[in-house]
Amino acid sequence: MEQLLDITIYVTDREGEEHTLTVPTDMNMNLMEVCKSYELGVEGTCGGMALCASCQVYVHSEHPLHEQMDAELDMLDQAFFVQNNSRLGCQIRMIPELDGLKVTIAPKTEQ
Amino acid sequence: MLKSTIVFSKKWKNIHFYLFTMLDFMQIRTAMIQTDILIIGAGPVGLFAVFEAGLLKLKCHIVDVLPQPGGQLAEVYPKKPIYDIPGFPSVLAGDLITNLMEQIAPFKPGFTFGERVEKIERQENTRFLITTNKGTEFDAATIFIAAGLGCFEPKRPPITNIRDFEEIGVDYVVREPEKYRNKSIVISGGGDSALDWTIFLADVAKSITLVHRRDSFRGHLDSVEKVMALARDGKINVITEAEIVGVNGSAHLTEVEIKKNSGESVNVSTEYWLPLYGLSPMLGPIADWGLNIEKKSILVDTTDYSTNVPGIFAVGDINEYQGKLKLILCGFHEATMAVQSAFAICYPDKKRQFKYTTVAGIEGF
Repeated sequence: MEQLLDITIYVTDREGEEHTLTVPTDMNMNLMEVCKSYELGVEGTCGGMALCASCQVYVHSEHPLHEQMDAELDMLDQAFFVQNNSRLGCQIRMIPELDGLKVTIAPKTEQ
Repeated sequence: MLKSTIVFSKKWKNIHFYLFTMLDFMQIRTAMIQTDILIIGAGPVGLFAVFEAGLLKLKCHIVDVLPQPGGQLAEVYPKKPIYDIPGFPSVLAGDLITNLMEQIAPFKPGFTFGERVEKIERQENTRFLITTNKGTEFDAATIFIAAGLGCFEPKRPPITNIRDFEEIGVDYVVREPEKYRNKSIVISGGGDSALDWTIFLADVAKSITLVHRRDSFRGHLDSVEKVMALARDGKINVITEAEIVGVNGSAHLTEVEIKKNSGESVNVSTEYWLPLYGLSPMLGPIADWGLNIEKKSILVDTTDYSTNVPGIFAVGDINEYQGKLKLILCGFHEATMAVQSAFAICYPDKKRQFKYTTVAGIEGF
Protein backbone atom coordinates (compact mmCIF):
# COMPACT_ATOMS: atom_id res chain seq x y z
CA MET A 1 0.00 0.00 0.00
CA GLU A 2 1.29 3.43 -0.81
CA GLN A 3 2.32 5.37 2.26
CA LEU A 4 0.57 8.69 2.82
CA LEU A 5 3.33 11.29 2.64
CA ASP A 6 1.44 14.54 3.16
CA ILE A 7 -1.02 14.96 6.00
CA THR A 8 -3.47 17.70 6.83
CA ILE A 9 -3.47 19.30 10.26
CA TYR A 10 -5.56 22.11 11.73
CA VAL A 11 -3.82 24.80 13.77
CA THR A 12 -5.68 27.65 15.47
CA ASP A 13 -3.43 30.67 15.94
CA ARG A 14 -3.38 33.12 18.84
CA GLU A 15 -5.94 35.34 17.12
CA GLY A 16 -8.36 32.41 16.97
CA GLU A 17 -8.05 31.80 13.23
CA GLU A 18 -7.92 28.16 12.14
CA HIS A 19 -5.35 27.26 9.49
CA THR A 20 -5.55 24.08 7.42
CA LEU A 21 -1.98 23.02 6.79
CA THR A 22 -0.55 20.45 4.42
CA VAL A 23 2.47 18.90 6.06
CA PRO A 24 5.04 16.44 4.71
CA THR A 25 5.80 13.44 6.91
CA ASP A 26 9.04 12.46 5.21
CA MET A 27 11.08 15.46 6.30
CA ASN A 28 11.45 14.69 10.00
CA MET A 29 9.59 17.86 10.96
CA ASN A 30 7.93 18.60 14.28
CA LEU A 31 4.87 20.72 14.95
CA MET A 32 6.92 23.70 16.14
CA GLU A 33 8.84 23.76 12.86
CA VAL A 34 5.61 23.46 10.89
CA CYS A 35 4.07 26.41 12.75
CA LYS A 36 7.24 28.46 12.20
CA SER A 37 7.38 27.70 8.50
CA TYR A 38 3.77 28.82 8.11
CA GLU A 39 4.62 31.92 10.21
CA LEU A 40 1.92 31.36 12.80
CA GLY A 41 3.76 33.33 15.50
CA VAL A 42 5.38 30.39 17.26
CA GLU A 43 8.86 31.36 18.41
CA GLY A 44 10.57 28.03 19.07
CA THR A 45 13.29 29.93 20.89
CA CYS A 46 15.35 26.94 21.98
CA GLY A 47 15.27 25.35 18.54
CA GLY A 48 13.33 22.27 19.55
CA MET A 49 15.13 20.89 22.57
CA ALA A 50 12.09 21.12 24.89
CA LEU A 51 13.83 23.90 26.75
CA CYS A 52 11.68 26.99 26.43
CA ALA A 53 7.95 26.16 26.08
CA SER A 54 7.45 28.91 23.49
CA CYS A 55 5.82 26.31 21.20
CA GLN A 56 3.18 25.16 23.69
CA VAL A 57 -0.05 23.98 22.05
CA TYR A 58 -3.33 22.53 23.29
CA VAL A 59 -4.18 19.26 21.54
CA HIS A 60 -7.90 18.90 20.81
CA SER A 61 -8.04 15.69 18.78
CA GLU A 62 -7.62 12.13 20.06
CA HIS A 63 -4.50 11.27 18.07
CA PRO A 64 -2.01 8.76 19.43
CA LEU A 65 0.78 11.12 20.52
CA HIS A 66 3.85 9.52 21.99
CA GLU A 67 4.31 9.74 25.72
CA GLN A 68 5.85 12.89 27.16
CA MET A 69 9.53 12.71 27.99
CA ASP A 70 10.95 14.14 31.22
CA ALA A 71 12.34 17.21 29.48
CA GLU A 72 8.89 18.12 28.15
CA LEU A 73 7.18 17.55 31.50
CA ASP A 74 9.85 19.57 33.31
CA MET A 75 9.40 22.44 30.91
CA LEU A 76 5.61 22.42 31.14
CA ASP A 77 6.00 22.56 34.91
CA GLN A 78 7.75 25.90 34.51
CA ALA A 79 5.49 27.30 31.81
CA PHE A 80 2.36 29.40 32.10
CA PHE A 81 -1.16 28.87 30.68
CA VAL A 82 -0.64 25.11 31.00
CA GLN A 83 -3.70 22.88 30.68
CA ASN A 84 -4.18 19.12 30.83
CA ASN A 85 -3.94 18.89 27.02
CA SER A 86 -0.80 21.03 26.80
CA ARG A 87 2.10 19.70 24.76
CA LEU A 88 5.27 21.23 23.38
CA GLY A 89 4.98 21.45 19.61
CA CYS A 90 8.66 20.62 19.18
CA GLN A 91 8.06 17.20 20.71
CA ILE A 92 5.27 16.26 18.28
CA ARG A 93 6.81 14.71 15.21
CA MET A 94 4.85 14.86 11.98
CA ILE A 95 4.00 11.25 11.14
CA PRO A 96 1.23 9.78 8.93
CA GLU A 97 -0.79 8.75 12.02
CA LEU A 98 -1.33 12.41 12.86
CA ASP A 99 -3.44 13.18 9.77
CA GLY A 100 -6.30 15.40 10.96
CA LEU A 101 -4.48 16.60 14.13
CA LYS A 102 -6.17 19.60 15.70
CA VAL A 103 -4.30 22.01 17.97
CA THR A 104 -4.46 25.57 19.29
CA ILE A 105 -1.33 27.59 19.93
CA ALA A 106 -1.10 28.59 23.61
CA PRO A 107 -0.88 32.28 24.55
CA LYS A 108 2.47 33.96 24.48
CA THR A 109 4.04 34.84 27.79
CA GLU A 110 4.65 38.58 27.74
CA GLN A 111 7.91 39.63 29.37
CA MET B 1 57.33 44.28 45.58
CA LEU B 2 55.95 44.65 49.09
CA LYS B 3 53.70 41.68 48.52
CA SER B 4 56.64 39.30 48.20
CA THR B 5 59.02 40.85 50.72
CA ILE B 6 56.90 40.35 53.79
CA VAL B 7 57.13 36.80 54.97
CA PHE B 8 55.47 36.10 58.28
CA SER B 9 53.78 32.99 59.48
CA LYS B 10 51.58 31.09 57.07
CA LYS B 11 48.57 32.76 58.61
CA TRP B 12 49.98 36.20 57.97
CA LYS B 13 50.85 35.29 54.46
CA ASN B 14 47.28 34.29 53.90
CA ILE B 15 45.94 37.51 55.32
CA HIS B 16 48.33 39.40 53.12
CA PHE B 17 47.30 37.47 50.08
CA TYR B 18 43.64 38.15 50.73
CA LEU B 19 44.28 41.82 51.35
CA PHE B 20 46.10 42.23 48.09
CA THR B 21 43.64 40.13 46.19
CA MET B 22 40.92 42.32 47.56
CA LEU B 23 42.79 45.48 46.61
CA ASP B 24 43.49 44.12 43.14
CA PHE B 25 39.86 43.26 42.83
CA MET B 26 38.75 46.72 43.93
CA GLN B 27 41.16 48.31 41.51
CA ILE B 28 39.80 46.25 38.65
CA ARG B 29 36.32 47.20 39.70
CA THR B 30 36.93 50.92 39.93
CA ALA B 31 39.22 51.58 36.96
CA MET B 32 37.71 51.70 33.51
CA ILE B 33 38.65 48.61 31.54
CA GLN B 34 40.34 49.35 28.20
CA THR B 35 40.02 46.88 25.36
CA ASP B 36 40.05 46.63 21.60
CA ILE B 37 36.91 44.53 21.42
CA LEU B 38 34.22 44.36 24.07
CA ILE B 39 32.32 41.11 23.53
CA ILE B 40 28.81 40.91 24.92
CA GLY B 41 28.02 37.26 25.52
CA ALA B 42 30.32 34.40 26.59
CA GLY B 43 28.69 31.73 24.45
CA PRO B 44 30.74 29.68 21.97
CA VAL B 45 30.75 32.41 19.33
CA GLY B 46 31.78 35.17 21.75
CA LEU B 47 34.58 32.93 23.05
CA PHE B 48 35.86 32.00 19.62
CA ALA B 49 35.93 35.68 18.62
CA VAL B 50 38.68 36.06 21.24
CA PHE B 51 40.78 33.48 19.41
CA GLU B 52 40.47 35.08 16.00
CA ALA B 53 41.02 38.55 17.50
CA GLY B 54 44.07 37.24 19.34
CA LEU B 55 45.64 36.10 16.07
CA LEU B 56 45.48 39.75 14.99
CA LYS B 57 46.80 40.92 18.38
CA LEU B 58 43.49 42.47 19.37
CA LYS B 59 42.63 42.41 23.09
CA CYS B 60 39.18 41.28 24.12
CA HIS B 61 37.04 41.58 27.22
CA ILE B 62 33.86 39.52 27.59
CA VAL B 63 30.80 40.46 29.62
CA ASP B 64 28.03 38.00 30.36
CA VAL B 65 24.98 38.21 32.59
CA LEU B 66 25.38 34.57 33.59
CA PRO B 67 27.88 33.62 36.30
CA GLN B 68 29.92 31.32 34.03
CA PRO B 69 31.11 31.09 30.41
CA GLY B 70 29.20 29.09 27.84
CA GLY B 71 25.88 30.87 27.40
CA GLN B 72 23.07 28.48 26.55
CA LEU B 73 25.50 25.58 26.24
CA ALA B 74 26.46 25.83 29.89
CA GLU B 75 23.20 27.15 31.29
CA VAL B 76 20.66 25.13 29.33
CA TYR B 77 22.14 22.01 27.78
CA PRO B 78 25.67 21.23 29.06
CA LYS B 79 25.11 17.46 28.79
CA LYS B 80 23.68 17.42 25.27
CA PRO B 81 25.89 16.13 22.49
CA ILE B 82 26.44 18.41 19.48
CA TYR B 83 27.12 16.63 16.19
CA ASP B 84 27.84 19.44 13.75
CA ILE B 85 31.08 20.94 15.02
CA PRO B 86 33.61 20.22 12.26
CA GLY B 87 36.18 17.70 13.38
CA PHE B 88 34.12 16.49 16.34
CA PRO B 89 31.80 13.58 15.47
CA SER B 90 30.15 14.34 18.81
CA VAL B 91 30.98 16.77 21.58
CA LEU B 92 29.08 17.59 24.76
CA ALA B 93 28.03 21.25 24.90
CA GLY B 94 29.84 21.68 28.21
CA ASP B 95 33.02 20.12 26.83
CA LEU B 96 32.95 22.39 23.80
CA ILE B 97 32.98 25.38 26.14
CA THR B 98 35.83 23.91 28.21
CA ASN B 99 37.79 23.40 24.99
CA LEU B 100 37.09 26.93 23.76
CA MET B 101 38.23 28.38 27.09
CA GLU B 102 41.47 26.43 26.73
CA GLN B 103 41.84 27.55 23.12
CA ILE B 104 41.53 31.26 23.95
CA ALA B 105 43.56 31.18 27.18
CA PRO B 106 46.85 32.27 25.47
CA PHE B 107 45.18 35.53 24.51
CA LYS B 108 44.30 36.35 28.14
CA PRO B 109 40.83 37.77 27.63
CA GLY B 110 39.23 39.70 30.46
CA PHE B 111 35.93 38.42 31.87
CA THR B 112 33.12 40.13 33.70
CA PHE B 113 30.44 37.66 34.72
CA GLY B 114 27.09 38.24 36.35
CA GLU B 115 26.69 41.67 34.83
CA ARG B 116 24.51 42.90 32.02
CA VAL B 117 25.58 45.61 29.60
CA GLU B 118 23.03 48.39 29.93
CA LYS B 119 24.40 51.42 28.15
CA ILE B 120 26.56 52.08 25.10
CA GLU B 121 27.71 55.62 24.41
CA ARG B 122 29.98 56.99 21.67
CA GLN B 123 32.83 59.10 23.03
CA GLU B 124 34.35 62.12 21.30
CA ASN B 125 37.34 60.06 20.16
CA THR B 126 34.84 57.66 18.47
CA ARG B 127 35.54 54.86 20.97
CA PHE B 128 32.68 53.41 22.99
CA LEU B 129 31.92 53.84 26.66
CA ILE B 130 30.04 50.79 27.87
CA THR B 131 28.36 50.52 31.27
CA THR B 132 26.91 47.45 32.99
CA ASN B 133 24.00 47.25 35.41
CA LYS B 134 26.52 47.14 38.25
CA GLY B 135 28.31 50.26 37.08
CA THR B 136 31.40 48.58 35.60
CA GLU B 137 32.72 50.71 32.73
CA PHE B 138 34.61 49.73 29.61
CA ASP B 139 36.37 51.83 27.02
CA ALA B 140 36.42 49.89 23.75
CA ALA B 141 37.23 50.57 20.12
CA THR B 142 34.65 48.08 18.90
CA ILE B 143 31.79 46.01 20.26
CA PHE B 144 30.80 42.47 19.31
CA ILE B 145 27.28 41.53 20.29
CA ALA B 146 27.33 37.74 20.61
CA ALA B 147 24.34 37.58 22.91
CA GLY B 148 22.61 34.56 21.39
CA LEU B 149 18.96 34.71 22.34
CA GLY B 150 19.50 37.70 24.62
CA CYS B 151 19.88 37.84 28.38
CA PHE B 152 18.55 35.02 30.50
CA GLU B 153 16.07 36.52 32.90
CA PRO B 154 13.55 35.01 35.29
CA LYS B 155 10.15 34.24 33.80
CA ARG B 156 7.45 36.65 34.87
CA PRO B 157 4.01 35.09 35.52
CA PRO B 158 1.26 36.51 33.28
CA ILE B 159 -0.44 38.71 35.87
CA THR B 160 -1.31 42.23 34.73
CA ASN B 161 -0.14 44.18 37.77
CA ILE B 162 2.76 41.95 38.82
CA ARG B 163 5.35 44.58 37.84
CA ASP B 164 3.84 46.96 40.41
CA PHE B 165 4.96 44.61 43.18
CA GLU B 166 8.46 43.80 41.96
CA GLU B 167 10.95 44.81 44.66
CA ILE B 168 8.06 45.35 47.10
CA GLY B 169 7.04 41.78 47.71
CA VAL B 170 7.55 39.90 44.44
CA ASP B 171 11.09 38.50 44.06
CA TYR B 172 12.12 36.29 41.14
CA VAL B 173 15.51 35.53 42.62
CA VAL B 174 16.49 34.86 46.23
CA ARG B 175 19.49 37.11 46.73
CA GLU B 176 19.55 37.44 50.50
CA PRO B 177 17.71 34.68 52.39
CA GLU B 178 17.87 36.67 55.64
CA LYS B 179 15.46 39.14 54.07
CA TYR B 180 12.73 36.57 54.67
CA ARG B 181 13.45 35.93 58.35
CA ASN B 182 10.18 35.81 60.29
CA LYS B 183 8.25 36.86 57.19
CA SER B 184 5.36 35.11 55.52
CA ILE B 185 6.19 33.91 52.02
CA VAL B 186 4.50 32.16 49.16
CA ILE B 187 6.65 30.15 46.75
CA SER B 188 5.35 28.90 43.42
CA GLY B 189 6.80 26.73 40.69
CA GLY B 190 7.36 23.02 40.29
CA GLY B 191 11.06 22.70 39.55
CA ASP B 192 14.06 22.14 41.79
CA SER B 193 14.48 25.81 42.51
CA ALA B 194 11.01 26.10 44.11
CA LEU B 195 11.57 22.96 46.17
CA ASP B 196 15.12 23.86 47.23
CA TRP B 197 14.15 27.31 48.45
CA THR B 198 11.10 25.94 50.23
CA ILE B 199 13.35 23.55 52.14
CA PHE B 200 15.98 26.18 52.84
CA LEU B 201 13.59 28.92 53.92
CA ALA B 202 11.43 26.60 56.05
CA ASP B 203 13.66 27.39 59.03
CA VAL B 204 13.96 31.08 58.20
CA ALA B 205 10.50 32.31 57.31
CA LYS B 206 7.54 32.69 59.66
CA SER B 207 5.34 30.74 57.25
CA ILE B 208 5.70 29.22 53.79
CA THR B 209 2.97 28.33 51.33
CA LEU B 210 4.12 26.34 48.32
CA VAL B 211 1.80 26.53 45.31
CA HIS B 212 2.09 24.12 42.40
CA ARG B 213 0.03 23.59 39.27
CA ARG B 214 -0.08 19.80 39.42
CA ASP B 215 -0.66 17.30 42.21
CA SER B 216 2.90 16.01 42.19
CA PHE B 217 6.35 17.55 42.00
CA ARG B 218 9.04 16.77 39.44
CA GLY B 219 12.16 17.89 41.32
CA HIS B 220 14.86 15.60 42.70
CA LEU B 221 13.29 12.76 44.65
CA ASP B 222 15.19 13.73 47.76
CA SER B 223 13.88 17.32 47.60
CA VAL B 224 10.33 16.15 46.95
CA GLU B 225 10.48 13.87 50.00
CA LYS B 226 11.84 16.65 52.20
CA VAL B 227 9.06 19.01 51.10
CA MET B 228 6.43 16.36 51.75
CA ALA B 229 7.88 15.75 55.22
CA LEU B 230 7.79 19.49 55.99
CA ALA B 231 4.15 19.56 54.89
CA ARG B 232 3.29 16.51 57.04
CA ASP B 233 4.94 18.13 60.06
CA GLY B 234 2.88 21.25 59.51
CA LYS B 235 5.98 23.38 58.90
CA ILE B 236 4.83 24.47 55.47
CA ASN B 237 1.52 24.69 53.70
CA VAL B 238 1.32 23.04 50.26
CA ILE B 239 -1.42 23.92 47.79
CA THR B 240 -1.36 21.77 44.66
CA GLU B 241 -3.41 21.79 41.46
CA ALA B 242 -3.53 25.53 41.79
CA GLU B 243 -2.06 28.67 40.28
CA ILE B 244 -1.48 32.19 41.50
CA VAL B 245 -3.62 34.50 39.39
CA GLY B 246 -3.49 37.81 41.24
CA VAL B 247 -1.46 40.02 43.57
CA ASN B 248 -2.82 42.64 45.96
CA GLY B 249 -1.46 45.30 48.28
CA SER B 250 -0.67 49.00 48.28
CA ALA B 251 2.79 50.01 49.49
CA HIS B 252 3.84 46.36 49.70
CA LEU B 253 2.44 43.00 48.70
CA THR B 254 -0.14 41.81 51.22
CA GLU B 255 -1.83 38.85 49.54
CA VAL B 256 -1.92 36.59 46.50
CA GLU B 257 -4.99 35.17 44.82
CA ILE B 258 -4.83 31.44 44.22
CA LYS B 259 -7.11 29.70 41.80
CA LYS B 260 -7.50 25.95 42.15
CA ASN B 261 -8.07 23.71 39.16
CA SER B 262 -11.46 22.90 40.69
CA GLY B 263 -12.44 26.52 40.11
CA GLU B 264 -12.31 27.49 43.77
CA SER B 265 -10.38 30.67 44.65
CA VAL B 266 -8.56 31.49 47.85
CA ASN B 267 -6.65 34.57 48.94
CA VAL B 268 -3.54 33.95 51.02
CA SER B 269 -2.04 36.76 53.10
CA THR B 270 1.68 37.05 52.52
CA GLU B 271 4.50 39.55 52.66
CA TYR B 272 6.50 37.96 49.84
CA TRP B 273 5.88 35.88 46.76
CA LEU B 274 8.73 34.07 45.05
CA PRO B 275 7.63 32.96 41.56
CA LEU B 276 10.36 30.46 40.57
CA TYR B 277 9.70 29.37 37.00
CA GLY B 278 13.20 29.28 35.61
CA LEU B 279 14.89 31.57 33.12
CA SER B 280 13.98 32.60 29.64
CA PRO B 281 16.02 34.63 27.17
CA MET B 282 15.07 38.23 26.44
CA LEU B 283 16.54 40.90 24.21
CA GLY B 284 16.67 43.34 27.14
CA PRO B 285 18.70 46.55 26.79
CA ILE B 286 20.02 45.53 23.33
CA ALA B 287 16.79 46.96 21.91
CA ASP B 288 17.80 50.46 23.08
CA TRP B 289 21.17 50.82 21.36
CA GLY B 290 19.96 52.24 18.05
CA LEU B 291 20.52 49.04 16.11
CA ASN B 292 18.33 47.84 13.27
CA ILE B 293 16.32 45.05 14.84
CA GLU B 294 13.83 42.74 13.21
CA LYS B 295 12.02 39.94 15.03
CA LYS B 296 14.34 40.17 18.05
CA SER B 297 17.45 39.85 15.84
CA ILE B 298 20.04 42.41 14.80
CA LEU B 299 20.29 43.02 11.06
CA VAL B 300 23.86 42.82 9.75
CA ASP B 301 25.85 43.28 6.56
CA THR B 302 27.20 39.87 5.60
CA THR B 303 30.55 41.17 4.34
CA ASP B 304 31.70 41.60 7.91
CA TYR B 305 28.61 41.16 10.14
CA SER B 306 28.63 44.83 10.98
CA THR B 307 25.46 46.49 12.21
CA ASN B 308 24.07 49.86 11.15
CA VAL B 309 26.17 51.44 13.94
CA PRO B 310 29.82 51.68 12.79
CA GLY B 311 32.08 49.78 15.18
CA ILE B 312 29.34 47.49 16.48
CA PHE B 313 29.18 43.96 15.08
CA ALA B 314 26.62 41.24 15.78
CA VAL B 315 27.62 37.58 15.50
CA GLY B 316 25.99 34.25 16.22
CA ASP B 317 22.33 33.58 16.99
CA ILE B 318 21.56 37.23 17.72
CA ASN B 319 22.02 38.41 14.11
CA GLU B 320 19.85 38.10 11.06
CA TYR B 321 20.53 38.23 7.33
CA GLN B 322 19.27 36.55 4.21
CA GLY B 323 20.01 32.84 4.49
CA LYS B 324 20.88 33.00 8.18
CA LEU B 325 21.28 29.66 9.93
CA LYS B 326 21.47 29.65 13.70
CA LEU B 327 24.38 27.26 13.94
CA ILE B 328 27.46 27.48 16.12
CA LEU B 329 29.68 26.79 13.15
CA CYS B 330 28.17 29.71 11.21
CA GLY B 331 28.74 31.91 14.26
CA PHE B 332 32.43 30.94 14.27
CA HIS B 333 32.70 32.10 10.66
CA GLU B 334 30.84 35.33 11.37
CA ALA B 335 33.12 36.16 14.31
CA THR B 336 36.21 35.47 12.18
CA MET B 337 35.05 37.84 9.45
CA ALA B 338 33.98 40.55 11.91
CA VAL B 339 37.37 40.50 13.61
CA GLN B 340 39.05 41.52 10.34
CA SER B 341 36.96 44.70 10.16
CA ALA B 342 37.45 45.34 13.87
CA PHE B 343 41.21 45.30 13.21
CA ALA B 344 40.82 48.03 10.60
CA ILE B 345 38.93 50.16 13.14
CA CYS B 346 41.46 49.56 15.93
CA TYR B 347 44.50 50.09 13.74
CA PRO B 348 43.47 52.15 10.70
CA ASP B 349 47.08 52.69 9.65
CA LYS B 350 48.33 49.13 10.04
CA LYS B 351 48.24 46.55 7.34
CA ARG B 352 46.48 43.40 8.39
CA GLN B 353 48.52 40.23 8.18
CA PHE B 354 46.76 37.01 7.33
CA LYS B 355 48.57 33.98 8.63
CA TYR B 356 47.71 30.32 8.97
CA THR B 357 48.07 28.98 12.50
CA THR B 358 49.91 26.02 10.97
CA VAL B 359 52.60 28.42 9.83
CA ALA B 360 52.65 31.03 12.57
CA GLY B 361 51.45 29.00 15.56
CA ILE B 362 49.70 30.71 18.44
CA GLU B 363 51.46 33.68 19.86
CA GLY B 364 49.62 34.69 22.97
CA PHE B 365 49.89 37.93 24.88
